[in-house]
Amino acid sequence: MLTIFGPALYGQTDTSFFFTRVKQDSSKLKLNMDAVYNRPFLQMGKLPVSLGGYLEANSSYFSTDGISEGLSFQLPRLTMFMSASIRQRIKFMTEIEFEEGGREINIEFAALDLEFNPLFNLRGGVIMNPIGSFNQNHDGPKWEFVSRPISSTTIIPSTWSNVGFGLFGKYSKKNWVWAYEAYLSNGFDDKIINNNQNRTWFPASKANRERFEESFNGVPLKTLKMAIKHRKIAEIGVSWMGGVYNKFRDDGLVLDKKRPLNFIALDINSTILKDTYLNGEWVWAYVDVPDTYIQQFGSRQQGGFLDIVQPIKKGKMLGWSESVLNIALRLEYADYNVGNFQELGLRIADHVYALVPAISFRPSAQTVVRANYRYERRTDLLRNPASQTAGFQFGFSTYF
Amino acid sequence: MNSRLLIFTILLEAILIISCERITPRVPADDQILDGPIEGLTSAEKTRFLAGDVAFNDEIFTSETGLGSVFVATSCGSCHAGDGKGTLFTTLTRFGQSDDTGNKFLHLGGPQLQNRAIPGYTPESIPAGATFSRFTPPANTGLGFIEMVTDADILAMADPSDADKDGISGVPNYGDLPSFLNPLPNAVPKNGRYIHRFGKKAAAYSLLHQTVNAYSQDIGISSSFAPFDVYSGLEIDPEISTLTINNVVFYLQTLKAPIQRDQNDPQVKQGKQTFIELGCESCHKQTLKTGPSQIFALSNKTFHAYTDLLLHEMGGGLDDGYTEGSAKTSEWRTPPLWGLGLSPNSQGGQYFLMHDGRARSIEQAIEMHGGEATGSKNRFKQLAQSEQADLIKFLKSL
Repeated sequence: MLTIFGPALYGQTDTSFFFTRVKQDSSKLKLNMDAVYNRPFLQMGKLPVSLGGYLEANSSYFSTDGISEGLSFQLPRLTMFMSASIRQRIKFMTEIEFEEGGREINIEFAALDLEFNPLFNLRGGVIMNPIGSFNQNHDGPKWEFVSRPISSTTIIPSTWSNVGFGLFGKYSKKNWVWAYEAYLSNGFDDKIINNNQNRTWFPASKANRERFEESFNGVPLKTLKMAIKHRKIAEIGVSWMGGVYNKFRDDGLVLDKKRPLNFIALDINSTILKDTYLNGEWVWAYVDVPDTYIQQFGSRQQGGFLDIVQPIKKGKMLGWSESVLNIALRLEYADYNVGNFQELGLRIADHVYALVPAISFRPSAQTVVRANYRYERRTDLLRNPASQTAGFQFGFSTYF
Repeated sequence: MNSRLLIFTILLEAILIISCERITPRVPADDQILDGPIEGLTSAEKTRFLAGDVAFNDEIFTSETGLGSVFVATSCGSCHAGDGKGTLFTTLTRFGQSDDTGNKFLHLGGPQLQNRAIPGYTPESIPAGATFSRFTPPANTGLGFIEMVTDADILAMADPSDADKDGISGVPNYGDLPSFLNPLPNAVPKNGRYIHRFGKKAAAYSLLHQTVNAYSQDIGISSSFAPFDVYSGLEIDPEISTLTINNVVFYLQTLKAPIQRDQNDPQVKQGKQTFIELGCESCHKQTLKTGPSQIFALSNKTFHAYTDLLLHEMGGGLDDGYTEGSAKTSEWRTPPLWGLGLSPNSQGGQYFLMHDGRARSIEQAIEMHGGEATGSKNRFKQLAQSEQADLIKFLKSL
């Protein structure tokens, strides 16, 4: 009995009995597009399967215009991932996320990669559309702030993944690396202008689970990204995602014209002044909203964020030998309706600004304990006095 | 050293979190906002108020939940931000009636233009030959008090034949009751018609009447009270529950009255005196009182809405050629002035006054008064600049 159950019992207290941690290869130039594999994994023996995941938990206290719902605790996500090397240059990777205590279970990524050449890889399955940087590089333990950036979750509806196929590749020479990604996938639907947010709201399409079975209108969503990086300077990415969101034809009947939507995103990250890390993303979104619909649903959106992270102490702290203490600041903005009122001729508002000073402590690279103050100003469509929200968030996020 | 720094940081964070109530936004003063319930509601009434608040301000209609197919707005809150006045963006257009014989364009989409449509549908346009008028959404506050003014009190303010020869001859708007409404116990009907009091032309009898019409005509939502599709005119199933309608009505009934600011400011006091001396109070009656109400907090209360709830002839400049009920095209119900100073908070920092938002300042609004109000307007124009400023400051304090 002990022979059978002994390892299992022992395994409950020391994962290293079964698993070994797969070290990340830091010698290669990694880009945001590599984020899906650039994660700590655990490998069992010599099996070609690696496991991993991360957990986020936090608490928050917010007050909007002086009214607070008090202190609350959240488990925004528990994510499991598994990768397998099927054969040489054939890899499979999946990421399954349990959100809000298991209320939602999403397959965020489940793709097979076939490498024909470093410049020519085929990927198929549930892919994360490479628009901006955050959508692909969104793991909680990589960020020093409790909340995800507003523009990356409400304009780009991260995590935005769809069934599709495409190509990607990289070319590197000395300190330079250049990469591309190009995918065709299922995409958005008309919920983006027919939702209970009362504005053009791209995340509304995430509620359509059928997009993993069939396209809403038969027109593939196209996503292209190019990124270039110099080891000592920066990584810059330019991406575009475009398609049609409405059902213009049903059962052979033409219902409407094709109504396009397009996203263009810029992302950049760099380390300056030796160890000050900058990371930012900006997105513009364009949607063909029918003229006869209400202007609350805007045809243009834009927004972005800039994170500045400064380590202030590195080394041994509280017994952890490779710990880091950071201070950080996030500036973010999202405008959900760029344009003017037809009736008033005045600029439409419907935007939000936020300022988030933070402090984070990393006892190891895989774990972050973080706290931030958040100040947010939201202005409604009509440019009435902004509502002010402020409060604290505290939490941790860790790979396991 | 490193550990000390870390502990210091954690302690600092802890202190910040403990003191978070001090560095988060403060509650605005009660007199600076329009929303919030009247005083004296029971716990059960507060719960009902909150349910109505959610339905009014948070419920956004989509095509799945009944929006349209033609409509003006997607929610109640779209037109009444912060329970205040609306702007030209959500201005309603009514058409098809030019006298007291009724609307001749009901078969062509009247009385209200639905100028927006869900994708795949075509919005309405004003039919040829129909006169029309535009109505900016009013503030919602204090409506429960206005609803509870007795017919007898309204009639006591009326002077249809100008018996007192002051040039002011207010009349009530008498209208038919839709089948889903029962007259209030204190109603004083005339030839089978009842005194209406809500809306620019006083064409709505009660808040239930107003609410049912707004869901139907503004958002395209059918209810058990008005089970019709606004696009096709066909009878359809209710798209909103009767409970929700009743909760919204309760919310409107129990929204607090605007609270006057700077009452003791000498300029405001002087402005109030000028307001009375100019004769403005002949129509904008300062004080009214409620009769008995099932909501105890509304029963037998005195309040200061600055209206007489009567129709007055306002001259050719404000005659759009469109009317409702028994009102003439140049007659308008005296709008309550309470909350006037807070209007910019819901109108994008600006004023859009008079029935269609054409006045961009209080001064402009006064100068657009005609008809029965011509005398008061002329007296205002003859005031010294400082006296005008006092009056404006008083009006902004409301």
